[in-house]
Amino acid sequence: MTKIVIDGENFEVEDGLSVIQACEESGVEIPRFCYHERLSVAGNCRMCLVDVEDARGMSPKPVASCAIPVSEGLIIHTKTERVKNAREGIMEFLLINHPLDCPICDQGGECDLQDQSVAYGHGASRYEQDKRSVENKDMGPFIKTEMTRCIHCTRCVRFSTEVTGINEIGAIGRGRDMEITTYLNKAVTSELSGNVIDLCPVGALTSKPYAFSARPWELKQIESIDVMDAVGSNIRIDTKGNKVMRVLPRINEDVNEEWISDKTRFFWDGLSLQRIDKPYLKENGKFKKVSWEKAISVLSEKLKDSKPNEIASISGDLSSIESIYSLKKLMNSLGSQNTECRQDGSRISGSRERWLFNSKFSGIDDSDGCLLIGTNPRFEAALINSRILRKSKESNYSIGLLGKENELNYGYDFLGDDPNTIKDIINGSHPFCSKLESMKKPIMIVGQGALVGNHGEDFLNLSIKLANKYNFLSSDWNGFNVLHSAAARPGAMEIGFLPGPEGKNLDQIIEGCNSGSISTLFLLGADEVCLSDKSDCFVIYQGHHGDNGAHQADLILPSPSFNEQNGLYMNTEGRVQESVRATFPLGEALEDWKIISMIAEKMKLDFKINNFDELREEIFTLFPDLLEIDNCIEGGNPKELMAEEIKEHIFYNSVENFWLTNSIARSSKILCDRNEFSSNGVFKI
Amino acid sequence: MLKEKDKIFTNLYGFESFTLASAKKRGDWSTTKEIIDKGRDGIIGELTKSGLRGRGGAGFPTATKWSFMPKEPTGKTHYLVVNADESEPGTCKDRDIIRHEPHKLLEGCIIACAAMGAQVCYIYVRGEFYNERIILQSALEEAYEEGLVGKNACGSGLDIEIFIHHGAGAYICGEETALLESLEGKKGMPRLKPPFPATSGLYGCPTTVNNVESIAVVPTILRRGPDWFSSLGRERNAGTKIFCISGHVNNPCNVEEEMGIPLKDLIEKHAGGVIGGWDNLLAVIPGGSSVPMIPKEICDDVLMDFDSLQAVNSGLGTAAVIVMDKSTDLIKAISRISYFYKHESCGQCTPCREGTSWLWEMMEKMANGEARVDEIDTLLGLTKRIEGHCICALGDAAAWPVQGLIRHFRGYMEDRLNETKKNIVAGR
Amino acid sequence: MTVKRLDINQPKSFEFSNEDLTLINDTIQNYPENRKQSAVVPSLYIAQKRAGGWLPEQAILKVAEMLDMPKIRVLEIASFYSMFNLTPTGHHFIQVCGTTPCWLRGSDQIKKACNDLVGKEGEVSEDSVSWLEVECLGACVNAPAVQINEDYYEDLNYESMTALIKKIKGKKDIKVGSQVGRVSSEPKKMEKNNA
Ligand SMILES: Cc1cc2nc3c(=O)[nH]c(=O)nc-3n(C[C@H](O)[C@H](O)[C@H](O)COP(=O)(O)O)c2cc1C
Ligand code: SF4
Ligand code: FES
Repeated sequence: MTKIVIDGENFEVEDGLSVIQACEESGVEIPRFCYHERLSVAGNCRMCLVDVEDARGMSPKPVASCAIPVSEGLIIHTKTERVKNAREGIMEFLLINHPLDCPICDQGGECDLQDQSVAYGHGASRYEQDKRSVENKDMGPFIKTEMTRCIHCTRCVRFSTEVTGINEIGAIGRGRDMEITTYLNKAVTSELSGNVIDLCPVGALTSKPYAFSARPWELKQIESIDVMDAVGSNIRIDTKGNKVMRVLPRINEDVNEEWISDKTRFFWDGLSLQRIDKPYLKENGKFKKVSWEKAISVLSEKLKDSKPNEIASISGDLSSIESIYSLKKLMNSLGSQNTECRQDGSRISGSRERWLFNSKFSGIDDSDGCLLIGTNPRFEAALINSRILRKSKESNYSIGLLGKENELNYGYDFLGDDPNTIKDIINGSHPFCSKLESMKKPIMIVGQGALVGNHGEDFLNLSIKLANKYNFLSSDWNGFNVLHSAAARPGAMEIGFLPGPEGKNLDQIIEGCNSGSISTLFLLGADEVCLSDKSDCFVIYQGHHGDNGAHQADLILPSPSFNEQNGLYMNTEGRVQESVRATFPLGEALEDWKIISMIAEKMKLDFKINNFDELREEIFTLFPDLLEIDNCIEGGNPKELMAEEIKEHIFYNSVENFWLTNSIARSSKILCDRNEFSSNGVFKI
Repeated sequence: MLKEKDKIFTNLYGFESFTLASAKKRGDWSTTKEIIDKGRDGIIGELTKSGLRGRGGAGFPTATKWSFMPKEPTGKTHYLVVNADESEPGTCKDRDIIRHEPHKLLEGCIIACAAMGAQVCYIYVRGEFYNERIILQSALEEAYEEGLVGKNACGSGLDIEIFIHHGAGAYICGEETALLESLEGKKGMPRLKPPFPATSGLYGCPTTVNNVESIAVVPTILRRGPDWFSSLGRERNAGTKIFCISGHVNNPCNVEEEMGIPLKDLIEKHAGGVIGGWDNLLAVIPGGSSVPMIPKEICDDVLMDFDSLQAVNSGLGTAAVIVMDKSTDLIKAISRISYFYKHESCGQCTPCREGTSWLWEMMEKMANGEARVDEIDTLLGLTKRIEGHCICALGDAAAWPVQGLIRHFRGYMEDRLNETKKNIVAGR
Repeated sequence: MTVKRLDINQPKSFEFSNEDLTLINDTIQNYPENRKQSAVVPSLYIAQKRAGGWLPEQAILKVAEMLDMPKIRVLEIASFYSMFNLTPTGHHFIQVCGTTPCWLRGSDQIKKACNDLVGKEGEVSEDSVSWLEVECLGACVNAPAVQINEDYYEDLNYESMTALIKKIKGKKDIKVGSQVGRVSSEPKKMEKNNA
């Protein structure tokens, strides 16, 4: 700890902090524009100037508090006349060329410049010359620009370089003519680009889709969890009436730090498009609206008529633990073992350390090398990817990729796309082995794309074998990680929504639908399965969007999307988090558990769900680990199991198109427009 | 007046050839190995004794600066970077050293590298000096061929490489950290300090940046001895210095003179006097455009060295003496300097980016008589809001000339503004 | 002055000559391994020469590719340094120093000469001459000075400047350096103390 004095008061702060951080920690506010905790220090706005005094006396001139470290005994003055003058001066300089168009600016109410000019500005401007006007830039479908408002803090430039790894924003020209721009006005391509909207302290970069739709003080803010991937980004959902107006990140150092992906930021319009708001029944090839009563009775009849082993169910990628658990109860009660949550055909199985991101995201930061297997983290978990990117900049940090070659935003050693190569790595004959050997705390990330197909489980076992061969696993390190891209998957795995001993897995269920051995299929928000030729199988789809699942169904039951009901999700590292209702369900939609409970009642089954709280209690009793909300469930080091020879195993891309991975995203016009810009989810614009 | 025999730059004007053969006749490279053999402490010790202060503008003691470099190898390359970006208005001395005395510079580089444990030296020449760069390059090739530079340089046992790098038009690249950024292939934007270059400079390695003249005088100082050098000039302001005398003088020129020479002597003895005679003098900017001007009363007896000029609220800077006679529109002259700083601001920090252009706009208004008298105070306030608040000294450099003008010529400015006001009223 | 932008009329292609490539590769050797980027200013300079005095977009892209730099970084550099022209210049490109030391000695007259004989600042004349006012060239004791392509011309006045321009236009040789017969920066009359 370092002892310092701020404005005459004694404080003790952590070693190595900058003065601005130390002040913040001590509750002394320092105004700033360019400084941002997560970006390199630029020290260019000069708003944070303070006076410091050490053994040599008072600093000859005020210093940038963001750019100097604290030292033992440092005396910091934040209220001297000199500091006051400096701040007022900077404010005046920033405002002379600023358009002062606050009434028509989307940043209004959350603008650093506005706030700070109240505190440090002058009422009137002494500037009488013409203001600079700067051409707006076209940064693509997400980011609206009003470049005359730019105060040249360079946060966006630093973000583009340091966090997205794609150097696509820069400052051209110099002096007063310096302009922030992309290369020749081209749209930005990074999957994290929307974060610059939050970073920009003024209204130069704002959200294009959200433009002029609401003022911040009209919005209700709900803290929740994102389901666009299995990262579990912490988000804030801003609503007006019963409408989601925008999604913003919340800070969670362990998860998404301070960022969200563009998919998370911009899926919201999809919440009010293509929605299912009533039960529908297909009659003579056409969907007809029906009452809930009718729907439930048709469904009950169907289930009654089917033998237990003729009933199957598949849970989707967006469903909460509670929803899936309710379905599981129903299936158990009906005696069906054909339950499946692995919509993509992945064959992960067994205890959780075999399919969790064991090192946790923070483990990436501690690692000294990385082996990617059958994964494209940029598409599957953009925020995990940005952590890898950050590590990749360290010298001596090497990254290998065994799998499909991908356009990642950092350099890597490509080890080929033949799964059999893993044997060479295990037996030490591969050139990359020498690098692996030198790593003390490496992480391995196995994607679902490596685990699909009959040999998926064998490949998983081989990966664990590989992990044991090198330093991925040791008494104080677990660098064996399986990456999920579906938000619901780890939770469903945890509560065991998997085929029973006699049960059918995904491929067998689909085959059964086609061959007739499955007569009733229950899809709980499962939109990624393709029943090419389902013959007479009766398909029930319970969900919220008119997407793939609904299109293939015979009966559609409207249920709320994730933001319309409470629910638990477990992210890929085993972190249990709660998604909170932000808006009310649309139309006649009923919560998932309620629908199941209605079915049970109608069929006079042997279970009951009285209300949501009881349901959750029941889950906690059965799976007490889930009680650890916001924390990670631990797995331990995975054990080596025998693997069969992997024949005809190939790597897939688990996410082919980043923008359109689920029914909400596919319904979002904003994301579809963005997808138009790119081809097949490759970020090129 | 400095004796010919005490001049370091005997070929300042290029009357003789710049080549190695010719340079050797003038004594360059004669005992380089012996000098290097004095060792790091030996060289730095003698340089300390000589009292040499940096010739790049700030006047920081050269030996002290060298002593900041790590004493032991760090596993990294240590660099000497020579600042030949010479762009301070009024200054054109380094150009003469490069084109007429390149071997003095190169020999200085070798000795400086040896004294600092540096293995590599870059000489950053401003882009406009194309022909000068060609000359320097050819001198460097000669020196490599003779084994003076490179492996076992001068037989010293040390391997020292020298490379020439060039800029492309940016005054700010003369600021030492901007220069390093530029050398790394980036925009020339000054870095935050700390870390200082001696800890983390070029490519993150220990680096020292010195002006061309600071380096080029070193071999002669060490050859003739520190006492000789310190016997010239005055206490704390030792030695000789190249002065660049421009503006309203009869014979503008560069000249090597003793530090502390009276300004009046300098102008009259070497530059043929002020046009129209000493009494026709209005003001002088004594150290390059960045320092505040001094009016004739002060010029009458001020001495040309760091401390004397500082005592009159100005500075020796680069010793570029810009002389302005009574025909000068002083406000316009300073306004043109303000334009220069506006043009050359790198743009990263707020007060300089916004302030320099505002400053220039106000100066133009003043020059055109369009301002109000009370705006002189606004202008002064503005300079104070820039000064001391920037990352590098360019902001200060933009503020000082204006402050100098107001300090000494407020009446002159008021008269101008009142005059135009009268004219406007009369014209109605 | 506003920020420099790429010219609207862009040539379709840009190629370095073999000598250019050798020169650039030699330059890269001057810097440590993995520090190719250091060669960006010299490379752009070579590109500008090859393209006839300005930088077309293709040249910027080529340099970015050769030095493994993001193109926005190269564009930043090209627009930051004042010697890089993003729009065409004349075959004879006259840069007139207008900073105070030159101004004190009559740079306005030099600009007038350019205006009279070449045309408006920044425009390329039919016989491919253009001129631009620039900041201090570092030849202040030989003021006023101009730079034409690589060479400096010093100690000018209206007459000698017009003479220079006429000679350029008439494709006649011109004498580089001082136009009043000085060797370099020496005073017209030398004082020596040979004591
Ligand atoms: C805006 C600015 C421009 C500068 N330009 C030059 C220059 O052109 N040449 C130079 O030697 N020093 C210049 N300097 C000073 C350098 O930063 C540095 O102090 C100098 O090179 C140190 O050399 P010295 O210790 O040998 O004097 C400049 C400083 C500033 C702030
Ligand atoms: S003072 Fe001016 S030149 Fe120096 S860093 Fe700031 S903006 Fe750049
Ligand atoms: S926050 Fe410190 S200079 Fe901008």
